Amino acid sequence: MHKSPTYDQTPEATAPLSQTWQSPPGFVSWFTHVNQRQIGYRFVVTSLIFFALAGVLALIMRLQLIAPENTLLGADFYNQLFTMHGTTMMFFFAVPAMEGLGIYLVPLMIGTRDMSFPRLNAFGYYVYLIAGVSLFVALFLGMAPAAGWFSYVPLANIAFSPGKGMDFWTSMITFIEISALAAAVELIVTILKQRAPGMTLNRMPLFVWSILVMSFMILFAMPTVMAGSVLLALDRAFDMQFFVASGGGDPLLWQHLFWFFGHPEVYIIMVPALGIISTVIATFTRKPVFGYTALVLALVATGFVSFGLWVHHMFTTGLPHLGLSFFTAAGAMIAIPSGVQVFCWIASLWGTRIRFATPMLFVLGFFAIFIIGGLTGVMVASIPFDTQVHDSYFVVAHLHYVLIGGAVFPFFAGLYYWYPKMTGRLMSERLGKWSFALIFIGTNLTFFPMHQLGLEGMPRRIYTYLEGMGWGDLNFAITLAAFVLAAGFLLTLINAVISRTRGAEAGDNPWQADTLEWAATSPPQNYNFRHLPVVNSRHPLWDEADLTRRQYVKGLRADRRELLVTTLLEAQPQSVLIMPGPSIWPFLLALVVGFGFLGFMFQPLLFVVGFALSFFAITGWLWPRKPWISTKEN
Amino acid sequence: MKRQTSRILSSLTSAARQGLPDGCGLIGLCLLSGGTAAQQGARQSTLQPASTQAQSIELLWWIMLWAGVAIFLAVMALLAWALWHGRHRESPLGLTASKNFVLLAGVAIPALVLVILVGGSLLLGRSIASTPPPDAIQVRVTGWMWWWEIEYLDSAGNVTATTANEMHVPVDRPVAIELVSGDVIHSFWVPQLQGKTDMVPGKVNSSWFVATEAGQYRGQCAEFCGLQHALMAFVVVARPEAEFNAWLAHQAEPAPTPTTDAAQQGLEVFEQSCGQCHRVRGTRAVGVIGPDLTHLASRRTLAAATLTNNQGHLAGWIGDPQRVKPGNKMPRTLLSPQDMNNLLAYLGTLE
Repeated sequence: MHKSPTYDQTPEATAPLSQTWQSPPGFVSWFTHVNQRQIGYRFVVTSLIFFALAGVLALIMRLQLIAPENTLLGADFYNQLFTMHGTTMMFFFAVPAMEGLGIYLVPLMIGTRDMSFPRLNAFGYYVYLIAGVSLFVALFLGMAPAAGWFSYVPLANIAFSPGKGMDFWTSMITFIEISALAAAVELIVTILKQRAPGMTLNRMPLFVWSILVMSFMILFAMPTVMAGSVLLALDRAFDMQFFVASGGGDPLLWQHLFWFFGHPEVYIIMVPALGIISTVIATFTRKPVFGYTALVLALVATGFVSFGLWVHHMFTTGLPHLGLSFFTAAGAMIAIPSGVQVFCWIASLWGTRIRFATPMLFVLGFFAIFIIGGLTGVMVASIPFDTQVHDSYFVVAHLHYVLIGGAVFPFFAGLYYWYPKMTGRLMSERLGKWSFALIFIGTNLTFFPMHQLGLEGMPRRIYTYLEGMGWGDLNFAITLAAFVLAAGFLLTLINAVISRTRGAEAGDNPWQADTLEWAATSPPQNYNFRHLPVVNSRHPLWDEADLTRRQYVKGLRADRRELLVTTLLEAQPQSVLIMPGPSIWPFLLALVVGFGFLGFMFQPLLFVVGFALSFFAITGWLWPRKPWISTKEN
Repeated sequence: MKRQTSRILSSLTSAARQGLPDGCGLIGLCLLSGGTAAQQGARQSTLQPASTQAQSIELLWWIMLWAGVAIFLAVMALLAWALWHGRHRESPLGLTASKNFVLLAGVAIPALVLVILVGGSLLLGRSIASTPPPDAIQVRVTGWMWWWEIEYLDSAGNVTATTANEMHVPVDRPVAIELVSGDVIHSFWVPQLQGKTDMVPGKVNSSWFVATEAGQYRGQCAEFCGLQHALMAFVVVARPEAEFNAWLAHQAEPAPTPTTDAAQQGLEVFEQSCGQCHRVRGTRAVGVIGPDLTHLASRRTLAAATLTNNQGHLAGWIGDPQRVKPGNKMPRTLLSPQDMNNLLAYLGTLE
């Protein structure tokens, strides 16, 4: 380690390093990229595209519900729409978006050059892409799944959903969770083993903590939905009867498996969002967030308790009341860590002079919307009340308050906040504030009246309702409001596209933030950091604002991809890791595995073919290289 | 207090409604124009409870609502004050003050509120989930895609009367309901009488309530059950016990023998064209795929509370069931106008 006055960023000095870490240009080479920033960026952009698509599906649904007995859409198409809306938002937007942010930011925030398994990272992205595109192709072919994003059996089983739609669902859900698990493993190892020297766990940024908690949650939650969807696929393809009551199976087994994943899923999405909130508040108040330890413990507690809540979704299935009571208690318990976090943030905001830039506005919007969602969440944790509002529009209102407030607002805050780091340019503040206003107003106008509709007895997932029910006027207003909300989202997307070329130059640290990603250039160089930084506090850029006084690691070779591995707790330097470079094999493996999963729907034997082909791809992937040879000689 | 609030809320809603154009007219795409079942006055609002169970849940709702409103306003006020406070001069909270603030507002107060809420909700839940009193009327409801089969049981568990999509119950006497499914998961929900309970294949669930006011209450399937989940509703008619007993005795009887020529010919048409799926007790029509139609003419609605029961709707439904409820199991029946008239005449006798 050196005190480094020779931190030379001139092109001549960095050229060899840059070349080593470069992703080759060109269309074909695009499929060989493995660098964490490219993959993270692709995750974020792709997830935003799925977000927009799922949003459009929601708008079409709202048009159908604008009036009673409307005949704009048929029942089957409507059912496909809400199934795809839920599936896309949960599996193809929210989780990949948060993973994408994590993949892009974590290595920068902990001061390293790449993730631990770059090719696995790329593989995960292609799996995600193939799964999402396949489902939307199915929708355009008119054979999308139509049994809801939760696919309750027996409705989702072969007897009642004989078409290919459900096969798409079971295959692609199993498939995309491979991507989620790959990202989780990757993020955990990177966070635990690649932190910059001196970044003890106790100095890790709160956002990195939240990604760590999220990754562990993915590790425990996703396997159950994979197990569930594999069992369902076997039921459908080979008549295995896992979920068929007359064959000795149990339809409720599906619900247990699904919600054991499904409830933590909500927190998998929310936990990183909470990390974003802490990050943005610290930056825009220019002081550390109050209660670092409390906030970390709250994240971990949320992660744990969220696995004890799944029966919330099954209060009306006739399970014994005593058993259900524990889940009411757990549901109330999870409000405590949320309370701790909210009041830590309020304490942090107390009496500070705040810069009301767009990210901060989205954070303030989060408070109002998320708290309403949290309060209705405590209400539906009460069993008697839940029996009245379960599967009604009250729950539609509740879940959108939680997910828009608890995930979309923070995600958008993060988008405005890190966009300059990713692109080198700031997003327009003017458009940003308009977008925020429309989204905030639109969310409330769209979803608040749904509480009322639910209390008036309107069930969820109905493609139409009779005129005499008296739900028409509220639904009419909600549909109009949905377009206000959509306009708000559209403004941000437009803003992101326009600012890419026309935004103001950001500089390295436009917000004067404290974490390491702002020490890199905007956008970061191929190698992230010329010299890996050494960290002495939780707020490296505030405590050592003077560039020349910072400490750096020296001695990593510039002619091949090398990383520093550090110890788990104290982040003491341990060894040097030699990383693989660009490779086409992750893409090819994703293709053949995807072929196996998609082929399975039409002919089970094709799964075996995909399995066999994946051996070739894995062989290519693992083909020995000479790691001691530098890239140039390769 | 709660009545007042509910009145204020509903007057607000209706005020909002007056300002809006009629959605249906604006879009001009209405299929079932007029005469739908819901217009008979049967609503399904949880805020107009008519049973002891639904009333106590409504009370729980108002308590939670006002507690929630108070908490929300308090947090928002704290947040606003936190932001306002440092506008001109920075005056952040000290470490100890922050700690106490978080412990009090973020841990102690929520814990207290939640303990009260969880305790109250569990006690209420226990009373609602308890077994029904022994003098309860026994009814078995079976969910089918997409209609409800309703069977009245005697104390030995034998079926005394079968009907569909319309359930009559006595006022002020407990009604115990056995819930089963014939195909996929459905959920039995009559918001004004009781919260929902799912009907799960392979399981027998139960629910019970005591209706406290005579009236008509609409129920609707609350678990997504496929294509026509939206049009799977039914009507509950609560009436004084004597009236109910008379109704039940009548429903238990077989269908009357038709007396007019037209009705007699209509019975033949029915036995030939409808009897494979539908049953009319006392005739050769013994199908079990569709609803029992023994007392069809006494029912208020058709097609699972989608249409009011009148001759026009009945003719339209028989002529093309797939237009009103695409995907349901009833095929289009091709009948000559003469046969159709006779059939309608016969069905009209099934009081």
